[in-house]
Amino acid sequence: MQRLAAGLDAAVARGTLTNAAARDLPPEALRAQMASQGVALGSDVTPATRDAALHWRRISGTGDLARGIAVIGLALAGAAWGIRRARPDFRARNAVERAMRGVLISAALIAILSTVGIVLALVFNTIEFFRLYPAAEFFFGTTWSPSFGGGSELGILPLLWGTLYISLIALLVAVPIGLFAAVYLAEYAHRNVRAWAKPMLEMLAGIPTIVYGLFALLTVGPLLVEAFGRGGWLGLGWMQGGTAVMTAGLVMGIMLIPFVSSLSDDIINAVPQSLRDGSLGLGATRSETIRQVVLPAALPGIVGAVLLAASRAIGETMIVVLGAGAAARLSMNPFDAMTTVTAKIVSQLTGDADFSSPEALVAFALGMTLFVITLALNVVALWIVRRYREQYE
Amino acid sequence: MTDIPQSGAFPADRPAPKGGSLLVTDARTKKRNRAERRFKAYGIAALGIGMLFLVALLWAILSNGLTAFTQSYVQLDVPLLEEKLDKDGDRDPAKIAKVSTFGYAPLIEQALTDLVERTGVETELAPKALTKILSSSAAAQLRDRVLANPELIGQTVSVELLASSRVDGYLKGRVSRASLARDKNLDAEHLDLIDAWRDAGLVEKRFNWDFITGADASDSRPEQAGIGVAMLGSLFMMLVVLILSLPIGVAASIYLEEFAPQNRLTDLIEVNISNLAAVPSIVFGILGLAVFIQFMHLPQSAPLVGGLVLTLMTLPTIIISTRASLKSVPPSIRNAALGVGASKMQAVTHHVLPLAMPGILTGTILGLAQALGETAPLLLIGMVGYIATNYPEGVAEGFLAPNSAMPAQIYEWAKRADPAFYERAWGGIIVLLVFLLAMNLIAVLLRRRFERRW
Repeated sequence: MQRLAAGLDAAVARGTLTNAAARDLPPEALRAQMASQGVALGSDVTPATRDAALHWRRISGTGDLARGIAVIGLALAGAAWGIRRARPDFRARNAVERAMRGVLISAALIAILSTVGIVLALVFNTIEFFRLYPAAEFFFGTTWSPSFGGGSELGILPLLWGTLYISLIALLVAVPIGLFAAVYLAEYAHRNVRAWAKPMLEMLAGIPTIVYGLFALLTVGPLLVEAFGRGGWLGLGWMQGGTAVMTAGLVMGIMLIPFVSSLSDDIINAVPQSLRDGSLGLGATRSETIRQVVLPAALPGIVGAVLLAASRAIGETMIVVLGAGAAARLSMNPFDAMTTVTAKIVSQLTGDADFSSPEALVAFALGMTLFVITLALNVVALWIVRRYREQYE
Repeated sequence: MTDIPQSGAFPADRPAPKGGSLLVTDARTKKRNRAERRFKAYGIAALGIGMLFLVALLWAILSNGLTAFTQSYVQLDVPLLEEKLDKDGDRDPAKIAKVSTFGYAPLIEQALTDLVERTGVETELAPKALTKILSSSAAAQLRDRVLANPELIGQTVSVELLASSRVDGYLKGRVSRASLARDKNLDAEHLDLIDAWRDAGLVEKRFNWDFITGADASDSRPEQAGIGVAMLGSLFMMLVVLILSLPIGVAASIYLEEFAPQNRLTDLIEVNISNLAAVPSIVFGILGLAVFIQFMHLPQSAPLVGGLVLTLMTLPTIIISTRASLKSVPPSIRNAALGVGASKMQAVTHHVLPLAMPGILTGTILGLAQALGETAPLLLIGMVGYIATNYPEGVAEGFLAPNSAMPAQIYEWAKRADPAFYERAWGGIIVLLVFLLAMNLIAVLLRRRFERRW
């Protein structure tokens, strides 16, 4: 209909049609007419469409006129108001600054607005979902088998299990490596080594997650299959395919190393030098000082860093979409393919604009769960960091 | 350290420690020193493992991706027969355009058969099977060339046509003769031909500009896929992010840092910002889907929507870095401005903000770099799997036309069945990383050049 209206506009503008002629043209002739104007219409024009198009043109014409009048009117009114206000005793600077302050405040409020937007978007759609699907089955169901034909089972437990398992492996990789690297960089490394090694390690954090996803899918996965798969070097036959909890966890661990190491590094550096000096002065070796004085003092901060890393791991999407597989299952074998909350959000919502079925709406409930978990982890982590940082200040 | 000197500080009547000497370390000291060395070794090992991962990642990217920047072409002499392409002989572009790619396919077949004869390679392949050497887009390439220069008709032109992805893979060492046994698209006979032609210089690899400037291609033509359109999509999104997030971010930070009173509302905003920075990116994708597409009915797959979502995501990053750089401007600057009669707003906008600008720009560039690599939210708003049919006209429409983005395009390639697309995905990653590296370098240079220490 809008295409037809646009086509009519073009025809009138070029002078091949007058407004009156357009009104009288039979609907069947319109399509040919439009085609000659270079406007291709998908189907034949029905009288209703023609009338709608003509009406559209009329109201958009009046709309344009009204807009023009409104703009001119507003400009004049503004000018009149401005001239009337401009008097010697008027403090213009204060007025302008009040307005600017308002602008600044509203910019700051956008942060709140987007949180509110997230919460509202999640809550409304989640309520909609629970109207169609019982909440108890969602939270305690152990099967995940969506089928858009109906009769799906949408239990979140297998997804949560996959998420937590992968995050656990990622943390098992990232925390020891990141922590030891941070300790070495903060306490032992020569200044030059530190100047090179720290940015290099942080490069790992700047690499987009899609790169890690591809690395998991095409490099790490096949490598692990060669080691742990059927007929592999180890001859174990534990692994069926390249996508598995181990693949995703390992790669995610690599991604989190700089996260853990630079946060811990900052925290270790914040421990006062006097504590170290005291310990060394009592005759402890450097490693004893670190283990018995520096790390306990930095522990709350380190716990906070690990929690933040865990929240990153739980919310990570691309690595698990590409590296972890698509099968939702509850299994203990880390070489099985499993799937996560984030991966299922992607697969339930991608390329789907229809939000009425429970299979699509479940993604919002999954998102809500994810949001609540990561938010809780963040709040706790920030609280711990803040609470115990004050000790030495 | 448990060793105590035997003379001096201690009274003589005290029994000497057993076997104690400063010059001989006892068992316990040895043990402690061993523990010390071990602990240090753990640290070095951890750092080494981290570096090793970095090197492995970069090596995987470069070794798999660099080949995407070269592409194999076959040099063919194609007779553009007049009776096939322009029956009336009047070179009317409209009539020439009526000949579809099916009209060109026999000409290419003929040219291939001629080439086999000319180079004197024995082969049992039928002319039809020969065309598998070329990309299935070869006829379309030839047709475009003829449509652009109608005067070529009637001549025998020498053209370089894209080789098919299997041939390309063979020349790059990705496809081996052994793996061809299971592939019905290409036989060993084809490879014999390719070997002969390569020695004759008729098949060669050269730099692949089409990969950098071209559009994505359908599943059957990996050799034609390029990342150019996705690059444009990313550019449009970054423009949206820059235009929105820089002013909003700076305004918000100025308020929070310079004006905000210590009250509930300010606290709430601050907690909010630090929490928003840690919300998983996919949640922002859900927000974009629900608010911008479901509620506001903006078009799907449009760079405008992608840009809006990424703006919300980068705002916390920009606000945090802007506040840090505002904070680093010493209070004496503000006091001096206030002292000569400037209002608080004037002090901030005329003095503090210009001094903080390098830091703000650095933070903004880093935020943009982070947004450029983000994939997950784009999948939800549908910026994926889009193939531009009439590139470049269809894409230049800009912010509301459907488009893809670089990371989403890489994801799309990674999901396809044909391994030839993996090479493209790695190549796309190299392009993406080059952009990120450039942005980070600019940020570092800005900081080095303009940063002032007070």
